[in-house]
Amino acid sequence: MSESRKRFFRAVLLLSLLFISCMAFAQDGYFVTYSHQMEEPGNLEMGLKSVTASPKGGNAFLANALEFEYGVKAWWTSELYLDSQSTSGESSVFTGFRWENRFRPLLREHWINPVLYFEFENINSADKSLLEVVGHDTREEFLERHDRHEKKREAELKLILSSNFKGWNLSENVIAEKNLVGEPWEFGYALGVSRPLALVAGAKPCVLCRENLSAGAEMYGGLGERYSFGLRDTSHYLAPVVQWRIPGGTTFKFSPGFGLNDNSQRFLFRFGVAYEIDQIASRLRGN
Amino acid sequence: MHGWRHTLLSLCIAMPAIAISIETGHGRWLLKVPEAARVRPNPMAKDSSAVAVGAKLFQQNCASCHGKQAEGNAKHPDLHSDRIRNATPGELEWLLKNGSLKNGMPSWSRLPEPQRWQLVSFLKSLD
Repeated sequence: MSESRKRFFRAVLLLSLLFISCMAFAQDGYFVTYSHQMEEPGNLEMGLKSVTASPKGGNAFLANALEFEYGVKAWWTSELYLDSQSTSGESSVFTGFRWENRFRPLLREHWINPVLYFEFENINSADKSLLEVVGHDTREEFLERHDRHEKKREAELKLILSSNFKGWNLSENVIAEKNLVGEPWEFGYALGVSRPLALVAGAKPCVLCRENLSAGAEMYGGLGERYSFGLRDTSHYLAPVVQWRIPGGTTFKFSPGFGLNDNSQRFLFRFGVAYEIDQIASRLRGN
Repeated sequence: MHGWRHTLLSLCIAMPAIAISIETGHGRWLLKVPEAARVRPNPMAKDSSAVAVGAKLFQQNCASCHGKQAEGNAKHPDLHSDRIRNATPGELEWLLKNGSLKNGMPSWSRLPEPQRWQLVSFLKSLD
């Protein structure tokens, strides 16, 4: 790739970051784990989830997932991700898209609330967005994935189980992913727990106050594949998460992630910013 | 002519039935509230700031659909209504927690329970 094209892609990535930073509302307090929280019907959330790491023996990278989440119904949320990454000394590339849909089959709150998740992703081997860890994904993949030759057309299913109790959210995700060209099913998991720092709100509008902050942690990793199910040769991460919601619709999230075994990347840093546009269809119609 | 009369008669019967079903559809959630939730008192009822806090939470979470003055619009109900006035605090908190997903009202279970009660205080203060 020529130097001018590299500069162009870097500029596009930087402008994307700035654009999203100036707008900015994510509802889940996690990066990888999903709760049963759905997008409000008619609302569009635009966000950016980024992860950066410096793998041993490889070059530092920054991977971005640009997110468009729409509440189709109160029980149905649809989401499109556009993935890209930039690796130091290598290239900045668009790595594909993901389209996901989440459905709440039970229409009331229960102790455990299930959500069914279906995703189709068309990405390539350069993708490093790490929106989930499945199968035998290890840190080696960060070293190998600097080209776009291998296409991955994958279907991903998740069973999301989530509970809210006394301000705490506890979420468990079971993940099954299959490359549609015939590779076996791969499995993974994600667990999350989070809580707002204050349960009772104050009367005065505030920006940096406890009611706008929540803290938690998530743990995620692979569970092997159909013919080698289990923890052998899998990677796992533990990541504290802090979320800051600013009145007006902006949300920032930060999460340092720590690899839990030798197969895992030792350290990851995630950050995200999002903005929700309320009732976008009504706004476009002008009422 | 005979067929025309049948059509007219069917319409006369069907239209009120549809209107009644739509009307009851909006308030049908009330029938689903368990008795234990219906009679729950608002723990924030004696908190003098609860209405003001609820008003703030309403602007942050609800006004985009129900309007800044809770006046509603074509798709979302006006909250200055007999239904809200006559509902018990427990019924309103149950609705906020569970939503009415079929009718487009999302669940607000992600709001901590004390904040849902603060919202109920505000809703009960509406004229």
